[in-house]
Amino acid sequence: MVTLIITRLTFLEAVRRKVALAALLLGLAFLILYALGFHFITHETGLGDEAGPTGTLLRNQVYNFFTNAGLYAVNFLSIAMAALVSADTLAGEINSGTIQALVTKPVRRAEIVFGKWLGFAGLLALYLLLMAGGVMGIVYLDAGYQVPKALTGVSIIYLEGLLIMTITLACSSMFSALATGGIVFGLYGLAFIGGWVEQIGAILKNQTAINIGIISSLIIPSEALFRRAAFEMTSPVVQALGLSFGPAFVISVPSPAMVIYGGLYLLVILGLAVRQFSRRDL
Amino acid sequence: MLRDDKVISSITLTLSPGHPRHLVKLNMTTFAIETNQLRKVFGDNTAVRGLTLQVQAGEVFGFLGPNGAGKTTSIKMLLGLGAPTAGSARLLGAPLGDRAARARIGFLPEHFRFHDWLSAVEFLNLHAQLYGMSPGQQRQRVPELLELVGLTPFRNKQLRTFSKGMLQRVGLAQALLNRPALVFLDEPTSGLDPVGRRLVRDIIRNLREEGTTVFLNSHLLSEVEITCDRVAFIKHGEVIRVSELKTLVDGETAVAVRASGLTPEILAGLRQWGQDVRADGDHLTLTVANDSALPAINRYLVTQGAEVYALTPQRLSLEELFIQIVGTDGGL
Repeated sequence: MVTLIITRLTFLEAVRRKVALAALLLGLAFLILYALGFHFITHETGLGDEAGPTGTLLRNQVYNFFTNAGLYAVNFLSIAMAALVSADTLAGEINSGTIQALVTKPVRRAEIVFGKWLGFAGLLALYLLLMAGGVMGIVYLDAGYQVPKALTGVSIIYLEGLLIMTITLACSSMFSALATGGIVFGLYGLAFIGGWVEQIGAILKNQTAINIGIISSLIIPSEALFRRAAFEMTSPVVQALGLSFGPAFVISVPSPAMVIYGGLYLLVILGLAVRQFSRRDL
Repeated sequence: MLRDDKVISSITLTLSPGHPRHLVKLNMTTFAIETNQLRKVFGDNTAVRGLTLQVQAGEVFGFLGPNGAGKTTSIKMLLGLGAPTAGSARLLGAPLGDRAARARIGFLPEHFRFHDWLSAVEFLNLHAQLYGMSPGQQRQRVPELLELVGLTPFRNKQLRTFSKGMLQRVGLAQALLNRPALVFLDEPTSGLDPVGRRLVRDIIRNLREEGTTVFLNSHLLSEVEITCDRVAFIKHGEVIRVSELKTLVDGETAVAVRASGLTPEILAGLRQWGQDVRADGDHLTLTVANDSALPAINRYLVTQGAEVYALTPQRLSLEELFIQIVGTDGGL
């Protein structure tokens, strides 16, 4: 099946072009740093000395905070990886003419797009498994703490990564690699700023600010998805207060509908990528 | 400057009476390629105005024209790299984009770039898989082709280590993987040394003997002269002339005349003996089918009142003919 041939090619490319290796090494470097930091905070600062239920509660809040902080960094790293690896894929092949000998074979152009998508989705899954698993594993091994609803949270983070990757793929089918990088970076920035505008709006009870934030979430749902994931993984005590103690200090929590919106958004963008690539001159 | 531009639009002109193939019944399946007013417009630039031609199955067909004539754009339309703005075409009897036909078509792009982190074997295996070839077919065909293009010692080296000539050869191997019935070669010898060019020529000759149709886009006129059966001259995205190569180079003769008193009527009258009548003051050139027309032309000019100072037949090389037919103003 052509799609799977291209998927395999995508994996092979990541390995051969040392992208996989670079991502792995950077990831491991981060995990080592994280492990050291976590160990220091939790064992050297006297946090472990507090006894009784209050101590446990406090400790759990701190562990939760740190896990979410780690996952925030993992989130950023995986999005950066997703975008960087897939920005050049179609754009580079179109620009160099490599695509010509592929597209003139008895294949459908859609199969090429799907094949690449699956390849990058697989690479992203592996990366996230390593990184998120690493962060949560470190916390568990060092402090015995398990973050609640980890699978739900990480799945939403994965969806976010897939979303950014799909947007990058779609841009890559239409624009140059450089323009693709610029657009995706710009959209990420928009989501980031929009998220903060919404947060501040929630604190100051300013509806306009909240609306701006919501609109930016609809344009690019990535940040909103993370806030939802962070909320899911917040300890129940803090959740009951309607916020999460992640480093983003989420006050305005997106509804579960945002996850569904994110999924639909991804499908639409993927459809766009297929349509554009199928029609354009090469 | 008077010049005869012929825009070929009917089937009959592609076959000359002396050629044995003119006896073949003209039906759809004998044409490997047929196009009908293929047109490609980019914004306000018309790259291909209306391409109409027919390529017989089993022939080596050359595509000649100045830069920017629309040759590569035309090939791209045929292969599905760019949708035509108007017009239609059939490859191997099937409409453009038909996947079964594509499985029997090979293509060597002009700017051949491939995934350079693959080894030669991996690259050929990948393209064989995309052709839908079975693993057994791949195992047999890939080494065979590597041997054919002389790259067997480099089969496990990554393409990034290959020279331009080696890349072109592995690209040619890729085009021949599935034993195609039709092969498109866009400038196949441009990066090759004389040994490489000889190799490609031999491969094309073998393909022809096997009955494969070869569509060759080339600037190297000397190559075209040696390998092609027929050539089409393209200018501004239109076929100006299609000729048997044998007729072009063997039979056709250029005649250079120096005479005064050449009027437009006289020049128009010369068309009964030849084509591409061009005049520049006292100098006149035209192309005739053979030498027997020369005395008649001489008589005609004299009786029409021209003062004839010189009448000289000249052997034409394809290059001179190219310039004569296409003109020097067509290049971009």
